[in-house]
Amino acid sequence: MLEMKHISRVYRTETVETHALRDFNLTVEEGEFVAVTGPSGSGKTTFLNIAGLLEEFTDGTYLLDGEDVSGLDDDARSRIRNARIGFIFQSFNLIPDLDVFDNVDVPLRYRGFNALDRKRRIEASLERVGLTSRIRHLPSQLSGGQQQRVAIARALAGEPRFLLADEPTGNLDSEMAESVLDLLKQINSAGTTIVMVTHDVELAARAPREVHVLDGRINDLPGIHDGSAGGAPMRVAAARL
Amino acid sequence: MFSYYLRLATMSLRSTPAMTGLMVTTIGLGIAVFMAALTVYYLMASNPIPEKSDVLFAVQLDAWDPDRPWDDNRPDQPPPELTYRDAMAMRDSGIPTRRAAMHKVGLIVEPGREGVRPFKALGRLTDGDFFAMFDIRFIYGAAWSRAADDQGELLVVLGEEMNDRVFGGEDSVGRTLTIDSRDFRVVGVIERWHPSPKFYDVNNGAFDESETMFVPLGVGDALEMYSEGNTNCWKDEDIVTFRDFADSECVWWQFWAELETPEQVAGFRDYMDNYAMEQQALGRFQRPLNNRLTDVGAWLDVRRVVRNDNKVLVGIAFLFLGVCLFNIVGLMLTKFLGKAPQTGIRRALGASRRAVFAQQLIEVGLLGAVGGLLGLALAWLALWGIKLLFPGFEHLAELDLTLVGIAILVAVVTTTIAGLYPVWRVCRVPPSAYLRLQ
Repeated sequence: MLEMKHISRVYRTETVETHALRDFNLTVEEGEFVAVTGPSGSGKTTFLNIAGLLEEFTDGTYLLDGEDVSGLDDDARSRIRNARIGFIFQSFNLIPDLDVFDNVDVPLRYRGFNALDRKRRIEASLERVGLTSRIRHLPSQLSGGQQQRVAIARALAGEPRFLLADEPTGNLDSEMAESVLDLLKQINSAGTTIVMVTHDVELAARAPREVHVLDGRINDLPGIHDGSAGGAPMRVAAARL
Repeated sequence: MFSYYLRLATMSLRSTPAMTGLMVTTIGLGIAVFMAALTVYYLMASNPIPEKSDVLFAVQLDAWDPDRPWDDNRPDQPPPELTYRDAMAMRDSGIPTRRAAMHKVGLIVEPGREGVRPFKALGRLTDGDFFAMFDIRFIYGAAWSRAADDQGELLVVLGEEMNDRVFGGEDSVGRTLTIDSRDFRVVGVIERWHPSPKFYDVNNGAFDESETMFVPLGVGDALEMYSEGNTNCWKDEDIVTFRDFADSECVWWQFWAELETPEQVAGFRDYMDNYAMEQQALGRFQRPLNNRLTDVGAWLDVRRVVRNDNKVLVGIAFLFLGVCLFNIVGLMLTKFLGKAPQTGIRRALGASRRAVFAQQLIEVGLLGAVGGLLGLALAWLALWGIKLLFPGFEHLAELDLTLVGIAILVAVVTTTIAGLYPVWRVCRVPPSAYLRLQ
């Protein structure tokens, strides 16, 4: 599904050269649910941006679905983002002027679906996250958990095979975080590959696989969790020692 | 996607009312000033008779002072008007398809209608060809004949406004109207006709309204009608009677000829030159031969109907519009960069740079259109003010459909150009820069 080989990303200014990623290697198989952890400044965000084709990399190879995406022009990258990748952000990133329906509609518009098809997908997607009753609400009229569900519905509406989540529960209380995580697990069970970037050790432990990023590299060998909240933290803690 | 982008643009503009108001007002002010100046210029400079302007010729003969040109600043220019006898001689050529000698007259009208008191009106003494030559349409009746001109029959053609005033708008053909204490028979009523500029007599108020009463040329002799317009003389002459005046070297007649073919033009030019040479032999026309046939477009240029300061005014107004647009660039940059996070979200969700560019350009275009509409309203107010302050500008200060179209087009195009940089700036930023990832 996702294969990064020797990826590097260097930010240059007149005086400073910052290596956000260096010799970054990661393979994510189809249907996996991978948590990417690491301290602030470790390169998680840069990884997520590159994985989501939001940012270009300096060197290396990135294969998405077996397709080499380096060197694609803006149109092609946009098409891939639109059709194959769904995004979930910590701060939800809903468009405040648009109601729930129109927010979920955004990626579908760029996909070129007709009005009927879009409506069907939006309704199905909102039903999946349990928000059909809030279809004409503005984001400001929803709780944080509901907003994140809208963001998930938006990410799912185009039926992407690959979901990138950035601290999806970071702005939510524990109850809401739990329900969002359950939702992500359901989505993963249905076959969608998920890569989730998080600080939250417990959350990462709930993912079947966790990778740790430090100083722009994968710092530990990917381990396999059992997905329960119990034993995983030990492995994460061990990896950090 | 256009309707989707338009909806987004509307929502975006409504979401920041203060900023939108500021931008629309700035565009509106720029457009208003530009359109007010352009309107006056456009109406001054427009071709008043486009369908025939290249076959209608003003006639000039240089019978002026042998020692001094008509215009010291433009010594090549003969006088714009003719003497009585030269005008009559030009009528006799038989070469033009139509021709008309003419001058402005003041007429005292006694309507003979209860409640309407006698009044003075401006009229035109001219040949019957005047109406067909200038494509003037009749509501009732028709023009008088050449015979009526020669015989000075007491006939009159009324303008629609005058017919409304003295006959209540009825078909007045055949009715009698007392003018200068004589009974004139109405032979026709013409539609409202106010060419702007008043090309056929730019010497007497190029932007004045046209006269609303027309009488046959021969009436002038019979009733000894002097000109109500400009009369210029260069020679000391004993002028006591109307006949003295008619025989003098004073210029007070306009003369127009309709020459439809190059042969007619050449023939009439020869006629003018031959006439001038003949007059030279008689002691007149002592200046170098300088007779001119000038079509309508060239005539308006030669007579400098549109003054240079009008052109300068349009230039200054355009500069003002430029300053407004320069301010708009800053405002739009602020607005679009403020909305950049939303642009980032859209980019992340699959909008290409081109799609975002198109969306924002439509917003800019909409802003321009709204600014243009406000500008039109303000321009209308400005023109209304001009009309109040300068009564002679009544029909030079009116927005027509063409000008409305130009205003909207200028607003949309210039705002879009001004918006290109801010839109480009936002589109160049990588989407990740505005997504609050971690």
